Amino acid sequence: MPADFMSNLYVFILAGFVGFGLIKGVSPLLHTPLMSLTNALDAIVVVAAIIIAGRHETPLTTALGAIAVAASFSNMVGGFVITDRMLRMFKSPRSKQQ
Amino acid sequence: MNPSELQQYLDFAYIAAVVLFILSLKFLSSPKSARWGVLAGEIGAALAVVVTLFNPEVVQYKWILIPLIIGAGVGVPLGLVHMTAVPQRTALSHAFGALSAAMIGIAEYYVGTAPVTRFQMGEIGLEVIIGSLTFTGSLIAAGKLQEILPQRPIVYRGQNIVSLSVLAAALGLAVALVVNPAHTLLFPVMVVIALIFGVLLVTPIGGADMPTVISLLNSYAGFSAALLGFVLNSKVLVVAGALDGSSGFVLSVIMCKAMNRSFTNVMFGAFGQVQASAAAGKEERVVRSASAEDAAAILEAASSVVIVPGYGMAVAQAQHKVRELYDVLTKKGVNVRFAIHPVAGRMPGHMNVLLAEADIPYDRLIEMDEINGDFPQTDVALVIGANDVTNPAARTDQSSPIFGMPILDVDKAHTVMVIKRSMNPGFAGIDNPLYYLDNTLMLFGDAKQFVGAIVRELSGNH
Repeated sequence: MPADFMSNLYVFILAGFVGFGLIKGVSPLLHTPLMSLTNALDAIVVVAAIIIAGRHETPLTTALGAIAVAASFSNMVGGFVITDRMLRMFKSPRSKQQ
Repeated sequence: MNPSELQQYLDFAYIAAVVLFILSLKFLSSPKSARWGVLAGEIGAALAVVVTLFNPEVVQYKWILIPLIIGAGVGVPLGLVHMTAVPQRTALSHAFGALSAAMIGIAEYYVGTAPVTRFQMGEIGLEVIIGSLTFTGSLIAAGKLQEILPQRPIVYRGQNIVSLSVLAAALGLAVALVVNPAHTLLFPVMVVIALIFGVLLVTPIGGADMPTVISLLNSYAGFSAALLGFVLNSKVLVVAGALDGSSGFVLSVIMCKAMNRSFTNVMFGAFGQVQASAAAGKEERVVRSASAEDAAAILEAASSVVIVPGYGMAVAQAQHKVRELYDVLTKKGVNVRFAIHPVAGRMPGHMNVLLAEADIPYDRLIEMDEINGDFPQTDVALVIGANDVTNPAARTDQSSPIFGMPILDVDKAHTVMVIKRSMNPGFAGIDNPLYYLDNTLMLFGDAKQFVGAIVRELSGNH
């Protein structure tokens, strides 16, 4: 089993537990923005897509990489925009009076 | 700067991005700090994207910059959709995320320089299968939510056997590829079969199960990104994927618990079939109905009111009229709160977003477990477009398909008012004994118009 796999597995398991802990702490009030925010964070696959497209190895891999860049970057941009819009709407009683 | 030195700087930037991502989710624990979470996530993501452009492997920029511009051009409008369209937008973004992960996995297979090892083939195969099925599955879910496709479950005899055979075929091809990764012709066949499985997986699932399905697809999209991190040996992808995957998983578990169902039951249970027998054998029972004028008088005399919103409120776009009702009752000194069932609507937290959009302060939005004990002291429970989540049969009737599901105990309120179009039980077909109780008044009509009429009555007699 490759050494890289083992170190990635460590990271995956630890990050998974961090994720469980963090998500359990999010109020059900914010479950919709939570989903759109994690979507935007997950769009970090764009960095892998950039490398695949940027390596310019074969027309096929460049095309696949380019599609992946567009798809994930739209998630990143759209996910942050809509999460911020939603969170702006959640007003505390005090801010409503101001 | 030599390449290995540069690589170290890139790694530091990715570690910083990971820290910011974790902080981003941490800030989301409270509505007060939540917007800082978006900022932290944005800085982390921007940092990671910018430093990647300096990766020495990147030799051309044209096919990076054009897709980035297209992505931003698609992403911004998708970030500005109306709040009622958030469930389908979310499903679509799961599809995009999974598409991206699948495309990169496929590209890794076809990269010509070094042939993939059998171990890498296993990782790529699994990653591409999960990415592909999540892509088509999420597209079907988005189509159902947008009502391009029928929301009712589409079921046929032997469905589970067909679906599972298709999945087995995709996995079988993956195994064949692990045995010999050079079978380049098998790879696209495996991708196509996985895409078909995604369609078969989500078509049988009805609209009411969408909160669980969206959460599960979220989880799949996250884990496919994490697997991609294994394939590419990229820790930032492993962490971001694990965070997204565990988030989707936690939400799926919460949704399943809120419906008293298991994952396998949601994915393979074909919910629609169960109800055929339950809907049969219905006898005529008496319901009491009331006008907007009656409803207004009862609400005005109340000192505490709990409003129970459901998907019907979203469909009728009644949330702004509900806010007017909240305002006028609050002004009259009535304590108005909202009871939010975890699976009300079409995705986790759907009702909270709609009501927050209508400017209702979030301290008025109460979770099921917190508000259930208050119903016996509540004068009026007003149900707007919610059905199964208020069905007392879930507590009492062992033969009911929803027996055991945690519900909002609205029947314990002194008076229950239910706004509903008609007595038609809808496609889920489960009869709701709540409507026949002595303390229940049915308000027949469109949710938006009926609430509007109540508000007019209430503001008329000062």
